[in-house]
Amino acid sequence: MSVKILPVPATRFTREERDAGVAFLVMLALIVVGPFVAYPFFVMQMLCIALFACAFNLLIGYVGLLSFGHAMFLGMASYVGAHAAKVWGLEPELAILCGVASAAALGLVTGALAIRSQGIYFAMITVAFSQMIYFFCVEAPFTHGEDGIQSVPQGFAFGLIDLSKPSLLYVFVAAIFLVGFFVVYRTINSPFGEILKAIRENEPRAISLGYRVARYKLAAFVLSASLAGLAGATKAIVVQNASLTDVSFSTSGEVVLMTLLGGMGTLYGPVVGAIVVVSMENYLAQFGQWVTVIQGAIFVACVLLFRRGIVGEIGKAIGWSI
Amino acid sequence: MFLGHAISMPQLYGQLLIGLINGSFYALLSLGLAVIFGMLNIVNFAHGAFYMVGAFAAYFLLHLAGVNYWGALVLAPLIVGAIGAIMERTLLKRIAGLDHLYGLLLTFGLALVIQGLFQNYFGASGLPYPIPPELQGARNLGFMFLPNYRGWVIVFSAVVCFATWFLIEKTRLGAYLRAATENPTLVRAFGINVPLMITLTYGFGVALAALAGVLAAPINQVRPGMGADIIAVVFAVVVIGGMGSILGSILTGFALGVIEGLTKVFYPEASNTVVFVIMAIVLLIRPSGLFGRGRLT
Repeated sequence: MSVKILPVPATRFTREERDAGVAFLVMLALIVVGPFVAYPFFVMQMLCIALFACAFNLLIGYVGLLSFGHAMFLGMASYVGAHAAKVWGLEPELAILCGVASAAALGLVTGALAIRSQGIYFAMITVAFSQMIYFFCVEAPFTHGEDGIQSVPQGFAFGLIDLSKPSLLYVFVAAIFLVGFFVVYRTINSPFGEILKAIRENEPRAISLGYRVARYKLAAFVLSASLAGLAGATKAIVVQNASLTDVSFSTSGEVVLMTLLGGMGTLYGPVVGAIVVVSMENYLAQFGQWVTVIQGAIFVACVLLFRRGIVGEIGKAIGWSI
Repeated sequence: MFLGHAISMPQLYGQLLIGLINGSFYALLSLGLAVIFGMLNIVNFAHGAFYMVGAFAAYFLLHLAGVNYWGALVLAPLIVGAIGAIMERTLLKRIAGLDHLYGLLLTFGLALVIQGLFQNYFGASGLPYPIPPELQGARNLGFMFLPNYRGWVIVFSAVVCFATWFLIEKTRLGAYLRAATENPTLVRAFGINVPLMITLTYGFGVALAALAGVLAAPINQVRPGMGADIIAVVFAVVVIGGMGSILGSILTGFALGVIEGLTKVFYPEASNTVVFVIMAIVLLIRPSGLFGRGRLT
């Protein structure tokens, strides 16, 4: 009796898997090389902002909800994380979790109200709520108003990893970014993510198929808020302070810009957009308000000329699904 | 006595007056937003920027061309409105028919460009603009002193708001406008130049914002950031009133200004947030806004 051996297939991955794998390896390589070619603290901040943009993209790219006030989650978590680490003396990972919890709670309340309306109204409502949170942060005693929370201790992660050492802090931040990124990836490639995309494409149809659309939207909103909070609280540990900038309207606008520029609804678009926008702000800082003018011009150019964004256009040009 | 601390009547009237003034600006701005939205289906994020440009236009007219306040009151909205019309023709027109969100993103980008340019040249500080000599001084109303200029702003804004309402709801031109909002193709078939109407509508909405800017110049100084500060409140006003109704946006604007003023008297800490809290409550009870029809989509 002879055993028939099946031929091994020539390729073990589908095209999509190959494209996604290569793109991920490129990003991983950049994260490894990053601190050797640029100032490590700058790269860490960039990772936090990139995670923030990924969280934002989860809403606009996959549910079609444009939140124009996402800085409220970044900023609130940054304040709560900084407060927990400094005043309560919590370890950094617990402080970050406190920040995430605060952003999730805020996302639950504002999301429950905002998802009652759609499209541009949703955008306007999120603008209004974030402005309200901004004024709250100006007035509330624990945020210290204009001064912000300063000299936040970095402490020891899990009681033993000394985060005041830049190399260890970098590994810690990179790990958090990858965890957040993986959550986004898993979400959009899950049955839950498919339903979100169905809502984006045709909401009445999703309703007629029996899905409770409002619950899915709210779940996506809270998830996005939590991830934005993860980014904000981590950033507070990295830069050792929390300030009004993170909760301001301009930050909300910047994350929209990053995602639009990088490519809405693409997995890597927000990361690319964050790299471009943060670098631009850093290296063009000497030009003052011209940066705002350039950002506005990029907005206009993106909307008029390339709505797919950098990653979307490149993906289309080389025929990759990334 | 109220809430444990004494409120003096002059203070109450004073804040009511400031509330009415701010309400005038909210009403003019949300009215312009509603008019533009009705015709173009665009939420004009650049509205605050045009409000600021209106105030700067008055400032430039005075200092560079020697045009006084009354001249600026006519010329500034015309100039800024024309700039808006050009922007509609060259930029906004290209995204007609796309998802509404692109209009929001495009006008947000324009707002950044405009605001950034002004901040470059004028920094963050305010430039003074004098109250016109005819409106200086105050008059005694018996219970309070009313500065003449502030009284003028309230009365004039109310007149402009009413005139706009009348134009849109009661005249033939307004009927064309409303018809073109409902069904542009059919209205074009009747031989009416709808694209021109869209351009003029955008210009008109922008001119209203610029007019509010001119009115604000002598009260709040002329600052590059003045538009960015007010736009979030105006959005909240629009959400509360509902986009569907012209009269609704006017009434909501004035009412919220007054409520904000009263909050400054009774609970000053919340004066910046009260409008947003009201918005949250309205969204809970009437998601389509107080004067809106149907669902907000």
